[in-house]
Amino acid sequence: MMKTRNVILHESQIMKIHYITAIAALFVVAVHILMRLIMPYDMSLQYENVVVNYRNIPYALLLESILVLIAIHGFNGLRIILLELRQNKTWENGITIFTITAMIAIIAYGTRTIIMTNQLGLE
Amino acid sequence: MKEFIKKIGIIKNRNGKEDDIKKEILRDNIVIRVFRANRTKGDSASYDSFEVPVQRWTTVLDALLYAKSYHDSSIGIRYSCRMASCGSCGMKINGIPRLACYTKISELEGSTITCEPLANFPHIRDLVTDFSQFFDHHKKMQPYIHNENSDMTDKKGLIEFKQSLEDVDKYLQFSYCIKCGLCYSACPTVATDTKFPGPQALSQAYRYYADTRDNDTKERLNIVDEKHGIWRCHFAGSCSAVCPKGVDPALGIQLLRGHLMGFSKNEKKIAKLYNQREK
Amino acid sequence: MESPKESKYDRNNREGLKGWLNPSRYGWERVSYWLQRLTGVFLLIYFIGHVYETSSLTRGPDAWNAMLELTQTPWGHLFLILVIGTSTFHSANGIRLIFTEAGKGLGKPGRPDYPYDAMSLNYRQKSGIWVALILAAVAMLYGSSVLLGGE
Repeated sequence: MMKTRNVILHESQIMKIHYITAIAALFVVAVHILMRLIMPYDMSLQYENVVVNYRNIPYALLLESILVLIAIHGFNGLRIILLELRQNKTWENGITIFTITAMIAIIAYGTRTIIMTNQLGLE
Repeated sequence: MKEFIKKIGIIKNRNGKEDDIKKEILRDNIVIRVFRANRTKGDSASYDSFEVPVQRWTTVLDALLYAKSYHDSSIGIRYSCRMASCGSCGMKINGIPRLACYTKISELEGSTITCEPLANFPHIRDLVTDFSQFFDHHKKMQPYIHNENSDMTDKKGLIEFKQSLEDVDKYLQFSYCIKCGLCYSACPTVATDTKFPGPQALSQAYRYYADTRDNDTKERLNIVDEKHGIWRCHFAGSCSAVCPKGVDPALGIQLLRGHLMGFSKNEKKIAKLYNQREK
Repeated sequence: MESPKESKYDRNNREGLKGWLNPSRYGWERVSYWLQRLTGVFLLIYFIGHVYETSSLTRGPDAWNAMLELTQTPWGHLFLILVIGTSTFHSANGIRLIFTEAGKGLGKPGRPDYPYDAMSLNYRQKSGIWVALILAAVAMLYGSSVLLGGE
């Protein structure tokens, strides 16, 4: 008996996204961390040095990609953990709405930082 | 109470290979602590302790039946074959799910053995739990061969599916499952997720998926590809750690998931059905 | 007497969250499951905090320096070292899980024999957990030398 499920994304597709974001995030986060080592650590955290990084378009795109990948991977992970705690419809729908909202919110807030700081450097 | 630890030396297994030195703790008596509660009457839980004489090969089941025979005949316990074949006597022994008939007192540490009902199953009385949801999860996996060509009522003269030994080895170990429920009790996902089928059901899904006599692989994958299906397994491995028959449900689940993700290709050649004339 | 078949699929006797504690009962794979979840939630909380703290850039150098004063302290450095360790473990163990959850590195089904040891709990994939822990320790040591070493 074939069961038809009206879902936007099958769980297998969501999990494939989870694995892909994990592997992609590994590379971009590694670059992000290594950027702290191109000069003495304390110097690398000074305001001007940080803003110069944001002015660099490829690096700004790297930061944006980290934001998106980690937000998706992290909040999907949280969704998986929370789904296992309770199994009623209200809880499950609530978790889906919460995680998608949280993902969008954090990506939006982080993008705001990247764009504003990028513009700051141009003044 | 005398207690001394004896190293029994190196044990040779059937293949002549030497296992690690096994430790046996030999005692004359132990205290067996049994969980007591009658849920149908709404009793609150308590533990009763019984002193039981033991010998070198005494199992936990022997000790419980001694306590039932000579101390308190009202102890509720399920058992049948006494030889790890039926799966009835599953319980938590010193916190770990085990078969009572398959666990020797000498392999357990401490002078008190605690016996509790299996976790994650609705509790009925004392050491007896309700397996209906467990069996329902198993039935949901459609644990029978799907092959429209094998309809015996329509076609006369059908004899057998031709399956080589290599084909059988692909699913044989998963067919050894005795449905004892130890894996279901050990699983961390089952501990919180009421809709998760559990390691037993999912490994049986693989058992039929891998069987060359079954030709409905797509439907089998659809059954498990759910929010609370195979994806809620995170390879904690506790199921395989407690399985008494070497079924290794964790292996079955991860192999099934490999097929679901497309990492492992389904190269299964469906077994040919021979009829009398062809033979 | 109530028939056992009438019992509902309730949470009766499920271990619940308590079942997630004490992972050492069942071996290394259970410990790695527990650590992966713990580090994941910890890193998510850190990520949210990190996105918030870096937003102080938009409020000018004073706000940024005030944020640095809060975070570039010994406790802040220790916290960051913990983040380094947890992210290294979570990544390395995650890679191991991507392979094992796809059925790779677990061996082939066969004919079980006494003592019925599980093929999937082999040392090849188990050593991945130990490698992840060692890498995390090494990363934490290196992080300490950079953060606390006063370079």
